[in-house]
Amino acid sequence: MSYYDTLLKYKDLDPAKAFLKVTPQDVERAITSEYPGTNGLLALLSPAAEKYLEPMAQKAHALTLQHFGRTIQLYTPMYLSNFCENQCAYCGFNAKNQLERRKLTLEEVEKEAAFIASTGIEHVLVLTGDSRAESPVSYILECLQVLKKHFASISAEIYALTREEYASLVQGGIDGLTIYQETYDEAVYQKVHRSGPKQDYRFRLDAPERAAAAGMRAVNVGALLGLDDWRKEVFLMALHAQYLQDRYGDVEIGVSLPRLRPHAGDFKDIRATTDRNIAQIITALRVFLPRIGITLSTRESAALRENLLPLGITRMSAGSTTRVGGHTIATEGSGEVPQFEISDERNVDQIKAMLAAKGYQPVLKDWMQL
Amino acid sequence: MEDLLPLGGRKIKNRLLIGTGKFASYPLMQKALEAAQPDIVTVALRRVDAGSKTDNILDFIPKSCLLMTNTSGARNADEAARIARLAKASGAGTWIKIEVVQDNKYLLPDNLETLKAVEILVKEGFTVLPYMSPDLSMAKRMAEAGAAAVMPLGAPIGSNRGVKTRELVNILIREIKIPVIVDAGLGSPSDACECMEMGCAAVLVNTAIAIAQDPANMARAFKDAVEAGRRAYLAGLPASGTEASASSPLTGFLRDDAFSR
Repeated sequence: MSYYDTLLKYKDLDPAKAFLKVTPQDVERAITSEYPGTNGLLALLSPAAEKYLEPMAQKAHALTLQHFGRTIQLYTPMYLSNFCENQCAYCGFNAKNQLERRKLTLEEVEKEAAFIASTGIEHVLVLTGDSRAESPVSYILECLQVLKKHFASISAEIYALTREEYASLVQGGIDGLTIYQETYDEAVYQKVHRSGPKQDYRFRLDAPERAAAAGMRAVNVGALLGLDDWRKEVFLMALHAQYLQDRYGDVEIGVSLPRLRPHAGDFKDIRATTDRNIAQIITALRVFLPRIGITLSTRESAALRENLLPLGITRMSAGSTTRVGGHTIATEGSGEVPQFEISDERNVDQIKAMLAAKGYQPVLKDWMQL
Repeated sequence: MEDLLPLGGRKIKNRLLIGTGKFASYPLMQKALEAAQPDIVTVALRRVDAGSKTDNILDFIPKSCLLMTNTSGARNADEAARIARLAKASGAGTWIKIEVVQDNKYLLPDNLETLKAVEILVKEGFTVLPYMSPDLSMAKRMAEAGAAAVMPLGAPIGSNRGVKTRELVNILIREIKIPVIVDAGLGSPSDACECMEMGCAAVLVNTAIAIAQDPANMARAFKDAVEAGRRAYLAGLPASGTEASASSPLTGFLRDDAFSR
């Protein structure tokens, strides 16, 4: 069994047709239903639902309060390495891009970790480019030994691994995995992943399930909004999250909504996703899967993040940089290229103050190494 | 005579237990706790940031409260036991509310793993209160294993739906020798009052207080409702729903002279 079997059912889903068939009554039924189901999800993501953004937001806000309270969990990303063997058309770390490649030494990991921890952050997300040669699992395990001294919870956003490799990371102290399918459309996927190990669509698609089966506590999926029609992408991503939630009840399933940002690459054919669309997506996801975690990253502007906050967000990054060593080593103009440009550059204290002003408790620690 | 609840070797005066998650800020939570003055407060160890100077939840809990650590996040008995030991080692005491959940969709407890955790932790000297689905045989086994109380859910966590498990909780109250404390799902003070009128030993409330517009006032309202419900239970509620009947269609013959002679 694989989520791929579900995807096959929607192989011929024509977003131009499927979403247009939705009537206002379908949307109303989905908003008021306790279990909207797949048809409800379709309705909530449809053009017809655009007239119902306020009632969708009210419902989503109430559900979020009920399940998560007035709290937002904070984390900080930390890039370990930008060596990459892939040519992803949308990414600054693309193997073809001429940039200074770097991998943190354990001393540098210590320095970065100590700095992030000094901001009060207890949840860190470590990232690497896709290079089994330069940042193998053994390297990540070595870094973990350093990181464990500083953080209550360590998540990873790295290239797709085997189940055994995920199990070794769990053993080594990683409790969460973030891995985006980028696009659920196989043809678009092949088009934007021009070479490298990431070209294997199925291996990546099943990665979240392998991680869940390997004992990961939290698994986060996502689609890179901008690569294809957002309604279709979010529909298939939401079904992916539901698939995982149904099969791995003991795993906290989350979704992210990364919007394609300017990057040092040549992919310019971005399919627009507006702020209104993002609001519709967040509220639709919350109504469809009330208990799902929803992460909003610093790709989005400070003002938009604040406005989206009450619609269903449960997790935010703070004090972000997308450069290797970006917290203490690499600085602006030092030749380090970011993976993508971030938009909200506020530090942890500023984000905490913003949350408090909005009536939210910033949660810096929500797990611990057992 | 003062009506005290014997629990885990202590005498508890306030039968409203309060959970500390979901509040908009720790100062607001503190105000709610000060308003309701609970004897027992639950804290998720996963949220305790003991190293933080500004964000340590324990600094906002009145010293008069007994801390009961919950094992939120535990997926099985082993993880629950490890969390309990961490709590003890970090100075959070030995009162443990066991939460073992393998279902992140509804957050319903896993009774079997919960029972195993009770068995492990009682042997290690913890005072153990398991959060559970109201199942009679499980509750009996947990009591036999040495649980200080059982904590059946009224409705799924955070649902604010009230005592939807009323019939099952009623059976526990009648059959289980240890205190029955309804935990989860109580959405309003009247729900809490209903539990107390039924004969529950106490209730635990979190979401309904934490996400109220005025948590301190809501906490106080729950306190009053719990007291009222308890008082009504002790006063002996008249049976409700039985209508006075003028005639006795099935036993009327017993009054017939022909038979009573």
